[in-house]
Amino acid sequence: MTSLTATIPTALDAPGAQSRHCDTTGLKVCLSSQSFIKLSAVSAVVFLLLGGIAAILLALTRWQAVHLLPVDWFYRILTFHGLNMLIFWILFFEVAILYFACTIPLNARLFSRKIAWAAFAMMLTGAVMVDVTILVGRADVLMTSYLPLLAHPAFYLGIILVAVGTLTAVFNFFATLYIAKRDRTYEGSVPLVTFGALAAAIIAVVTLLHGAIVMIPTFTYSMGWTPQPDPMWYRMIWWGLGHQSQQVNVCAMVAVWYLVGHLATGAKPVNETVCRGAFLLYILFINLASAHHLLVDPAVGASWKIWNTSYAMYLAVLASMIHGFTVPASIEMAMRDKGYVKGLFGWVTALPWRNPAFSAVVLSVVIFGFIGGITGVTLGTQQINIIAHNTLRITGHFHATVVGGTTLAFMGLAYYVIPLIFRRDFVWRGAARLQPWLFGGGILMVSLGMSFAGSLGVPRRDYDIEPSGAFGPASHLFLGIMGVGAVVAVTALLLFCFLCVGTLLFGERNSGRAMAEWGAAQRLPGVREGLLDHDHWAMKGTIALTAVFLASFAVYYFANWKALADVWPVQ
Amino acid sequence: MSLSIPERGWYKAPAGAEKLWIGLALTWCLVMSVMMPYWHFRGKQNSRGEAYAVTPAAFFERADTFVQANKVGERDGIPIVEPAPGGDAYLVARMWSWYPILRLREGQTYRVHLSSMDLNHGFSLQPLNMNFQVLPGYDHVLTLTPTSKGEFTIVCNEFCGIGHDRMFGKILVE
Ligand code: HEM
Ligand SMILES: [Cu+2]
Ligand SMILES: [Cu+2]
Repeated sequence: MTSLTATIPTALDAPGAQSRHCDTTGLKVCLSSQSFIKLSAVSAVVFLLLGGIAAILLALTRWQAVHLLPVDWFYRILTFHGLNMLIFWILFFEVAILYFACTIPLNARLFSRKIAWAAFAMMLTGAVMVDVTILVGRADVLMTSYLPLLAHPAFYLGIILVAVGTLTAVFNFFATLYIAKRDRTYEGSVPLVTFGALAAAIIAVVTLLHGAIVMIPTFTYSMGWTPQPDPMWYRMIWWGLGHQSQQVNVCAMVAVWYLVGHLATGAKPVNETVCRGAFLLYILFINLASAHHLLVDPAVGASWKIWNTSYAMYLAVLASMIHGFTVPASIEMAMRDKGYVKGLFGWVTALPWRNPAFSAVVLSVVIFGFIGGITGVTLGTQQINIIAHNTLRITGHFHATVVGGTTLAFMGLAYYVIPLIFRRDFVWRGAARLQPWLFGGGILMVSLGMSFAGSLGVPRRDYDIEPSGAFGPASHLFLGIMGVGAVVAVTALLLFCFLCVGTLLFGERNSGRAMAEWGAAQRLPGVREGLLDHDHWAMKGTIALTAVFLASFAVYYFANWKALADVWPVQ
Repeated sequence: MSLSIPERGWYKAPAGAEKLWIGLALTWCLVMSVMMPYWHFRGKQNSRGEAYAVTPAAFFERADTFVQANKVGERDGIPIVEPAPGGDAYLVARMWSWYPILRLREGQTYRVHLSSMDLNHGFSLQPLNMNFQVLPGYDHVLTLTPTSKGEFTIVCNEFCGIGHDRMFGKILVE
């Protein structure tokens, strides 16, 4: 490749390019994108920490036996948690992934440092504005800020800044892809990880435009310049931001699954076409705007709800189900290829379980698929939503997707990002190996506790379920399970933050040598590579696992129809 | 490899187990897609979103007329109102109460009108766990048939300010 690209000024291996050689992977690293990956990742972890502190306060309040916060602070901290976690932590980390995906694997330099600075400054200013406005008590409106609830204008302006800043970063990503393609810094198609990031970026544009459409008139209204937008219109457009952005998270998460699967086991897609096709389905069939959140709303009719929930067919769900097969299949195939061929699951015990990035990704796949995915599709079924809307079942669902899934996958990636980009080896490696298990286990309890409490009718976003007299001991038990899980999960979250900060400050520098290895799957002696390349049925363990998955899905789905059939007839 | 440029000729049709899985998953998605229209015509629980534009003041006036005409009692200062079977009933959501208390007959069907005087509220009927969104400016009509007797609590499950966790109402079914 060097000979081809040496004369291209935008290529990283051109003479005088602002790049360095990576001593672990042999790739060229763009120094500009490296600085912005660092900035974005560090900010992301700071927001994760803030959100984590909020999380424990919330959980210890909803755990009725503890009931920690006073009522006004509960809603204030709930607003704070939602925004810092779902928006700031996730967006900053995704921007880091975008800067990585458009430069290093393509041997291309970042399009513009100035634009990257502008994007970062807007995002950070916006986020700080939002946080300050919330904490001084001028925005007790929760993350969704449904009109006619009204916050201080600085709150809306902050969100607009974050959205525009992110759009600017996404523009930089597209521009980088464009010059890389134009100047042919690479030959052929972009790698799968970049392709996944591209899908995420495209959806992000649609999403952030919804954000602008809804937030700008709300901001001008809060300034007293324009009349109040309609509350139903607000819900519809806001969820165009709120729901579709979850598809961005899914794309980014799946890209991380493929990346870490590759780094830890050498997995390669069984079939590139299938993996890419599935990403394409996300872009095309991301269920329109916001239907999932309006299933029991007035003024949107049944056919609108049904069509937009399923887009006539669940092709975005299909995409996730495809990744749910291809990711484990690619790992299994890599393991079998290395010689671990015994039985259905002989390869599983030989996986690099002590590698925290890898264990994080496996847990992410399992929690996202089995809990997040199955509950999500079921709750998003038009009629079933009647027995779920605004209960803790919803919160239980998305703590399995965006926390047990996306957040855990991103944590896993950090175990490679810090050694490779910041070039320091992790401190307290034993604790790091444990961290994903703690976090995954804790979140599993949080998610299940919430889901079961919600099945008993316990509302989300509710300070105190005691006064209504409508909820019995079982509800309290499940809230307790959620509380204990939260203590475990937040401990693991704090551990993650300490590990990152500790490593940045005290980690041993690894420039000039390969990073300290976390552990990767090893080839058995004497086993030749590529023996199974043409066996399309070799992934027997994955076949068994996905069969179990489909069966669980069907059972849960129809059990919910049964539960729905038992409530009062309503039209 | 997911991080490197794929080899030329990476375009291949799916084969083997992968193909089978795509087929199965597609079939399952189809089943789920068909379930919703099926239930729409055959099932008894649907959210059709029937709604009419109404100002909060006009809605309150209708509700008040309804209360005056059908009042059968009072509890803690809140009127208990019994609509005629098959008739209209009104339920006002406001910070932080549901007004009035409804008394319904088992097996009868009612058109229950829900609207808000101020913010978004959530109609959550416990312990049945049936949930609907209530907005200001929209008269949200539920055609509801109680099929069990007893005292049911309406909990607000959309955040509506500091008193949100204490916003309750009642539906009595005899
Ligand atoms: C570290 C462990 C975490 C715990 C223990 C936790 C716990 C909680 C609790 C108790 C609530 C309040 C539920 C309610 O009363 O409605 C909540 C809400 C929420 N959490 Fe988390 N959470 C955690 C991490 C995260 C992360 C990483 C994200 C996003 C990436 C996230 C996103 C949200 C959102 C969006 C809400 C809803 C806010 C709202 O209703 O306005 N959480 N969480
Ligand atoms: Cu309310
Ligand atoms: Cu409320």
